[in-house]
Amino acid sequence: MQLELVKRDSPNRFLTVASPVLAVVFTLILSGIFFAIIGVDWQRALTVFFLEPLQADWSREDILIKATPLILIGAGLTVCFLSNTWNIGAEGQFIAGALAGSIIPLGFYGVEGFWVLPLMLLLGFAGGALCAMIPALLKVRFGASEILVSLMMVYIMQLLVDWMVRNPWRDPQSFGFPKSRDFVESAELPVIPGFFDLHWGIVIAIVASLFLAFFLKRMMRGFDVRVSGAAPRAARFSGVSRNGIVILVFAISGGLAGLAGIVDVAGGAQKLQPVISPGYGFTAIIVAFLGRLNPVGAIFAGLILALTYIGGEGAQLDLGLSAQTTQVVQGILLFSVLAFDTFILYRLRRKPGVSGAGAA
Amino acid sequence: MMDLAQAFILTVITAATPLLLAAMGELVVERSGVLNLGVEGMMLTGAVAAFAATQITGSPYIGVLAGAAAGVALSMVFGILVLLFVTNQVATGLALTLFGLGLSGLLGAGYVGVPGIKLAPLLPALPESSPEFLSAFWTVFMQQDILVYLSIASVPLIIYLLRRTRAGLVLRAVGDNHTSAHALGYSVIWVRFLAVAFGGAMAGLGGAYLSLVYTPQWTEGMVAGRGWIALALVVFASWLPMRVAVGAYLFGAVTLLQFHLQAIGVSIPAQLLNALPYIATIVVLVLISGNRRLIAINTPASLGKSFVPDR
Repeated sequence: MQLELVKRDSPNRFLTVASPVLAVVFTLILSGIFFAIIGVDWQRALTVFFLEPLQADWSREDILIKATPLILIGAGLTVCFLSNTWNIGAEGQFIAGALAGSIIPLGFYGVEGFWVLPLMLLLGFAGGALCAMIPALLKVRFGASEILVSLMMVYIMQLLVDWMVRNPWRDPQSFGFPKSRDFVESAELPVIPGFFDLHWGIVIAIVASLFLAFFLKRMMRGFDVRVSGAAPRAARFSGVSRNGIVILVFAISGGLAGLAGIVDVAGGAQKLQPVISPGYGFTAIIVAFLGRLNPVGAIFAGLILALTYIGGEGAQLDLGLSAQTTQVVQGILLFSVLAFDTFILYRLRRKPGVSGAGAA
Repeated sequence: MMDLAQAFILTVITAATPLLLAAMGELVVERSGVLNLGVEGMMLTGAVAAFAATQITGSPYIGVLAGAAAGVALSMVFGILVLLFVTNQVATGLALTLFGLGLSGLLGAGYVGVPGIKLAPLLPALPESSPEFLSAFWTVFMQQDILVYLSIASVPLIIYLLRRTRAGLVLRAVGDNHTSAHALGYSVIWVRFLAVAFGGAMAGLGGAYLSLVYTPQWTEGMVAGRGWIALALVVFASWLPMRVAVGAYLFGAVTLLQFHLQAIGVSIPAQLLNALPYIATIVVLVLISGNRRLIAINTPASLGKSFVPDR
């Protein structure tokens, strides 16, 4: 029996909601098989990976902390991907934001004041957006592939932060250890009262996602973004400038990635190190797709992906699995999401008997 | 002087070979109308598979085969999703790279720091008594390993395949207009599967070159963006094999700059030197993309578009 895909007359309503859930379930099954193949007790591994992080207060907080950058970046990428523009350099914009936001606490070390933190967040956003302008402008002006340019910027920014913490911003008291000085108190993102470690970043992330949802649904410019992606010709005829959209979505996604960078640094390590991101910018691509290119969906998706980070750390400690297990699970998750999304638009049917010239 | 020239040429060849292998594979894939952004992931998996197989069997040649096989295996995951499940090609390619990063790190965890076995040159060295000029020539051009020769041979072979054979014509037809190719009775999906598998094999070989010749050892993430540079090379070359070769060797020369600026003692931060290939990629993309006419003529018209046979 052979199967084939047939386009549905209209998108399947049920699957539109259910496909991410099915994809997560399918990922659990595939991950279990994967663990069994590499010779780990698969039941134990699945428990450590997906359940144990939910059971302790500290690890639940940790999930929210890790989810913060993922939600911020993922929601921004949602806007970008909806317009059929591919910013895959969020990892670089995250670093750019962290660097730009650190100009106050590190470039002007010792400056205190209530205005320090807001200015840092603003600079973080600006830094990320500025870094994203390089691929955006090169795309608009020269037609250079935004995918490749934004990705190249990731490597360049990783080298830049590495250089910064070893040279101009190196902590003079670190005995040559590559890290910056610790931020002063007014440059720290405070912990939400009543929690141990959870800083205000998660609130910023949720507010930003909700705003983007409003922007896409209720604001004219958001509508332009969606039309430009879904029906580029219609958008052009109605006078929407494609170049303007490319610049806008890169500014939004880059800016939010930059904001995520400074939020994560000011709320977490509170200093710069040679490596400041465990791949948040790339994982956020999965967040955007798992959230079905919906900023509110990105909140839930961000939490799930954060769970895999914390679960992965647990698996390292408990089961001696290597750190890359997390990436493998995340990769499987993205594969599953993409495959299940197919069934929103298509259905399977048994191939009818070969009739005439159609089959080759 | 002879030594210096020899070192220059060797550096360029060594740096260009992995790029050339991966880019020639991706060129065939894109000519069939499929954009596989998973080159980086396939190269990494190829690199670790080649290294592991070499350690286990003691034979770098089996390593080379394992590298290619790993590349094909990973490319088939991409192929099934993109061709059968008609998923978004950009997103699926990215997923492949993320997956490959993780998988290679996982498989290679036990091999970090293990001294590698280098893939030996194909031909023996000349006797010590040979004249200096001849031995220099011999070392540079005749003492390369099989992957270098394979990468160079792939250029005329693929030109011939694309321009002079029926298979090449079908491949290009599928890439330029999948609807017409389908109407003519060609199986778009099978042609693309073969192209994607070929791309996987070549990327795997490129990775194998890195872990068997270039370093020769396994370090996590050792491909370091070369998969992405290979993708850029295909655009730079406007989908023409000869230009891919020129581009790969130009990039090899950038690496040369990187090593020798440091050796001469110019005081430039190491990070800036390391960033050179990435900066060069951006510059090159801008220069070539500025010529929109050239790009428009050569871009496979169906590139990146999903195909569902209309029945």
